[in-house]
Amino acid sequence: MTRTKPPRLSRQTSQRIAFALITLAAIVVVAPIFFIVGYIVYQGISAISWEFLTAYPHNGMKEGGLLPAIVGTLWLTLGTAVVAVPIGIGAAIYLSEYAKDNALTRAIRVAIINLAGIPSVVYGLFGLGLFVIFLNFGTSILAGSLTLGIMTLPVIISTAEEALRAVPQSFRLVSVSLGGTRWQTIRRVVLPQALPGIITGVILGLERAAGETAPILFTVAAFFLPRLPKSIFDQTMALPYHLFVISTQVPGMPIHIQYGTALVLLIFVLSMNVLATLIRNHYRKQRFW
Amino acid sequence: MAGDIKIHIQNFGLRYSDGTESLHDITLDIYARQINVLFGPAGGGKSTLLRAMNRLNDLTDVVEQTGHILLDGEDITRPGYDIVRLRRRVGIVFARPVVLPMSIYRNITYGLELAGIRDKATLDAAVTRSLQQSALWEEVHDRLGDPAHALSGGQQQRLCLARVLALQPEVILLDEPTSGLDPISTAKIETTMQELKSDYTFVIVPHSVQQAARVADWASFFLQGELIEHGVGREMFLKPKHTRTEDYITGRFG
Ligand SMILES: Nc1ncnc2c1ncn2[C@@H]1O[C@H](COP(=O)(O)OP(=O)(O)OP(=O)(O)O)[C@@H](O)[C@H]1O
Ligand SMILES: [Mg+2]
Repeated sequence: MTRTKPPRLSRQTSQRIAFALITLAAIVVVAPIFFIVGYIVYQGISAISWEFLTAYPHNGMKEGGLLPAIVGTLWLTLGTAVVAVPIGIGAAIYLSEYAKDNALTRAIRVAIINLAGIPSVVYGLFGLGLFVIFLNFGTSILAGSLTLGIMTLPVIISTAEEALRAVPQSFRLVSVSLGGTRWQTIRRVVLPQALPGIITGVILGLERAAGETAPILFTVAAFFLPRLPKSIFDQTMALPYHLFVISTQVPGMPIHIQYGTALVLLIFVLSMNVLATLIRNHYRKQRFW
Repeated sequence: MAGDIKIHIQNFGLRYSDGTESLHDITLDIYARQINVLFGPAGGGKSTLLRAMNRLNDLTDVVEQTGHILLDGEDITRPGYDIVRLRRRVGIVFARPVVLPMSIYRNITYGLELAGIRDKATLDAAVTRSLQQSALWEEVHDRLGDPAHALSGGQQQRLCLARVLALQPEVILLDEPTSGLDPISTAKIETTMQELKSDYTFVIVPHSVQQAARVADWASFFLQGELIEHGVGREMFLKPKHTRTEDYITGRFG
């Protein structure tokens, strides 16, 4: 059987076409990011001022600033960290360093994967049922942080576990052979090596939590509360929910205020991203394998 | 020249998860303050037996282990035996050098710090002594704070030896400790062993038959998980009793 050969492109030509296609794909990926950020900056930059960041909103939120929403989001991010970081890292250490491969740990892993897939509004509803109503925390920073914390756990657990597993087994063997207990080995060798990866995961998880609206909708967010929260049992405004409110619930809201708010939220989240990158690069220089 | 028995290995067998028996019914005595050599072709189970002597196989996928290993008459294979203490008494240098991701200095003090020793003068003295013993002092004494991974392979290997010497264990297990070293460093390490053997018990897997013959007070020939021959080193390398030992020593196989 003879086959007619298709006309062949020269090697250079096919190389060039491939390169062009790959470049195009990269541009297609990057373009929307630039477009979104650019558009938000363009529309919102005129709203940004010292007052916008440090004043309370007034006149039906059409004037004034974002202070309570910014402070609320800071509180919630911190609260999320307090809830999710110790539990998340603890769980990751358990899974990576202690757990045997048995039915229990397989079940835990399946649970984590499924937790990651639950829509955030469902977390919100769950938080309302468990923390706000059943545990009687009320609509509060506590309830919101717990809800966001649980939502963030899967991200932190899986990135931290991955970072721990990436530490070469030979380090553990050496440490143990020199008379180290399992915990000493984790404390002194494994954790320090895994730390950059863990921190990156933590920040990415918190970043997501900081930008979420649905989980805080029923658990903590106040529509309009022009004062700062007094305790973790207090409600608070928060940037994502505030953005939702002024974009959809308040007629006649000036467009630059909406985009200005979006810009502040974006800067908050992106700066966490930058921080994660800086930390990773800083530690990568001191890696030893 | 048989002296005190430091480690008594009794009908010891071991099987990894791949199913084959890596050690089969080994009975062997390791003599105190002697250089005990385990030699034989690749895959014979020498490294496995070394790791068994400080229970490091606990960290590998061993599926079946039989028999007993007694250290000064105490069964170290017994469940519940204090393995952390065991590993301070029985140190090991692996065939492939792995330095910890720390400075040269901290690599050596690591084990001491785990044992709770904090005194700077004690640590300094241990670092100096162990680096001299492992023939590394000259090369690194002025840069002890440098990361250990920046050392050459041969230097890393000697650092791994220094790390164990710093702990002053009773038994030192050496898995091909000079495989990556030049003849001068090799000679220094062998001299160190001879100097230290009045205080320590050495169990060494040499990287060549020549080295086995040079250092062995006692020698054991392993072939595919079996102990073929055990005896006084000098006699075995001059007049092996078994043809398979002789074939290996004279280079007819392996
Ligand atoms: N961690 C492990 N898991 C599974 N099998 C192993 C493991 N370590 C060793 N083995 C197997 O056990 C047998 C003995 O290996 P061992 O490393 O003890 O031999 P050795 O005499 O030290 O060989 P070499 O001279 O090549 O270092 C080999 O067949 C090897 O494949
Ligand atoms: Mg070996």
